[in-house]
Amino acid sequence: MEGSHDRHCSTGRRAAGPNLSDTRLLRRPELGALLGAIVIYIMFAVFDTTGNFATITGTARWTDVAATVGIVAVPVALLMIAGEFDLSAGVMIGTSGLLAGLLTTEYNLSMWPAILITLAFAAGIGLINGWLVMLTGLPSFIVTLAMFFSLRGLNLGVTKGLTDTVRVAGVDQVPGYDSAAKIFASTFWNPYDFRISVAWWIAVTIVATTVLTQTRFGNWIYAIGGDMNAARNTGVPVRRAKISLFVLTSMSAALVGIMSLLRLRSMQAGQGVGEEFTFIIAAVVGGCLLTGGFGSAIGASIGASIIGMAFIGIAYAGWNTDWSWLFLGVILFIAVLVNTFIGRRARGAKK
Amino acid sequence: MTISTEETPSASDEGAVVPALQLRHASKSFGSVIALHDISLHVDPGTVTCVLGDNGAGKSTLIKILSGVHQPSDGALLVAGKEEKFGSPRDALAAGIATVFQDLATVPLMSVWRNFFLGNEPVKGFGPFQFLESAKARRICREELLAMGIDIRDLEQPVGTLSGGERQAVAIARAVYFGAKVLILDEPTSALGVKQSGVVLKYILQARERGIAVVFITHNPHHAFMVGDRFYLLNRGRLRNEFVRDKVTREELVKAMAGGAELEALAHELESVSR
Repeated sequence: MEGSHDRHCSTGRRAAGPNLSDTRLLRRPELGALLGAIVIYIMFAVFDTTGNFATITGTARWTDVAATVGIVAVPVALLMIAGEFDLSAGVMIGTSGLLAGLLTTEYNLSMWPAILITLAFAAGIGLINGWLVMLTGLPSFIVTLAMFFSLRGLNLGVTKGLTDTVRVAGVDQVPGYDSAAKIFASTFWNPYDFRISVAWWIAVTIVATTVLTQTRFGNWIYAIGGDMNAARNTGVPVRRAKISLFVLTSMSAALVGIMSLLRLRSMQAGQGVGEEFTFIIAAVVGGCLLTGGFGSAIGASIGASIIGMAFIGIAYAGWNTDWSWLFLGVILFIAVLVNTFIGRRARGAKK
Repeated sequence: MTISTEETPSASDEGAVVPALQLRHASKSFGSVIALHDISLHVDPGTVTCVLGDNGAGKSTLIKILSGVHQPSDGALLVAGKEEKFGSPRDALAAGIATVFQDLATVPLMSVWRNFFLGNEPVKGFGPFQFLESAKARRICREELLAMGIDIRDLEQPVGTLSGGERQAVAIARAVYFGAKVLILDEPTSALGVKQSGVVLKYILQARERGIAVVFITHNPHHAFMVGDRFYLLNRGRLRNEFVRDKVTREELVKAMAGGAELEALAHELESVSR
């Protein structure tokens, strides 16, 4: 059955086959994630005990969770398409939140300059990640893992040293807090109160999708991850492109860090640790190949949505939220299995 | 050997054709190892020049000199009659010398048209707002492939799903489109079956018809004989023979390639074994 279908596909490609649009659809990396998201949405709508999940209010809740994942998951996906990982993206949320917090509360900067310095600092960290990966030729998995632990230690050490506690608080007293909070941590669409981060998330997804599909840089990202030597031989500036992606990933994590600092009005030294894998899960569930060269920004956002739905849906279903991670683990495995299967079909079983 | 001395003056005398690419007494050594010794050859526009040689004959070194990866240690490289020194393959490309290496420099998971324009994408817009002209890129890609006699129905399909011959064709068409005056093909038929090889040979002739000087590097004298206008035989870093079309038979070429007497001896030996 399966074999005969495969044969049909491959002959259909050469002769004028009717299944052209089918294969084109199957080739979309986010197809599996989209189907999964629909199934999961329906499932949580059915098991919902509060009657809220499938309403606009419920949507505002799960998109809140999804947005903070998605804003970083999208650049992480771009990086993954280019064949690299960034394991320091999670802890970078904490680092940047703490940095902005300390600059304002300990060094009396007002909010906006602190935000700019934090973003520049994040760009610097991304630059170091990228440079080290390209210079040493070591796997980015190792380089960014080292960065992850370094920043984790730095977060604790510096915060304790300066405040004698493990958190930075009192950010809402700082001049410029209100205007910054309006842009990074407010809500919109009364009375449902969608978080402003959802708008940021959508914007990031649209920009990333445009870059990936409509620009030279996007073409290069796919080429670098697909075959780095071929990309280099055709004149693609591999080093510059990869370093830019590390910088963008780090800066997106800083954006989320600033958002949570303004929203919570404080920052824990351990914030963001562990999130790096959530981003990678979102990207992979969204159809990114771990080996690079394949994936999409929309897919990563759909992956982030699935994570958001899972966290809110499990709570709304009245189940113990401790099970969320187990649920995500199973989803990850199924998603990768389905994506691999679809991908193999679409590519005609050739590598 | 004698042919070579007869042929070269006549070609440069009456033929007002300036060779697109020429090597004059070029040698290449790596330390004490001499990879190429005193190689003189010329490649005319609108012809197919075959470089034949067994493994270790110096074919790869020759390609690398022609494509700008290496510089000759001795002798000169002339492009359209002018001496050139290439620092990198990029310089060679700028001078119109495109090389299609065996790995083809295509990305399997990317679509045909994106591969075709990889590194040279046409864009429209200003500043940071430069977007791909994908409709134009697709149109050009289709036209160029059709001009080579390849009809790929769906340009969105990943290059990895194409056959080896088709992938070779995409790489050749790409080099031709981006202004190659000299097209160097490194063993384009070596990994292909008989039918696919035939397809690639057809593309070689198509490129020749467009006035391009094609350098076809191969160890297969049958393939070379079918498309070649001029044949150079390399053996252990030296130019052993030079033939021109119509003055050589397939048998002569195969024999010269295989080292003549050696092959006869081998045939004899095999015969005695099978008995």
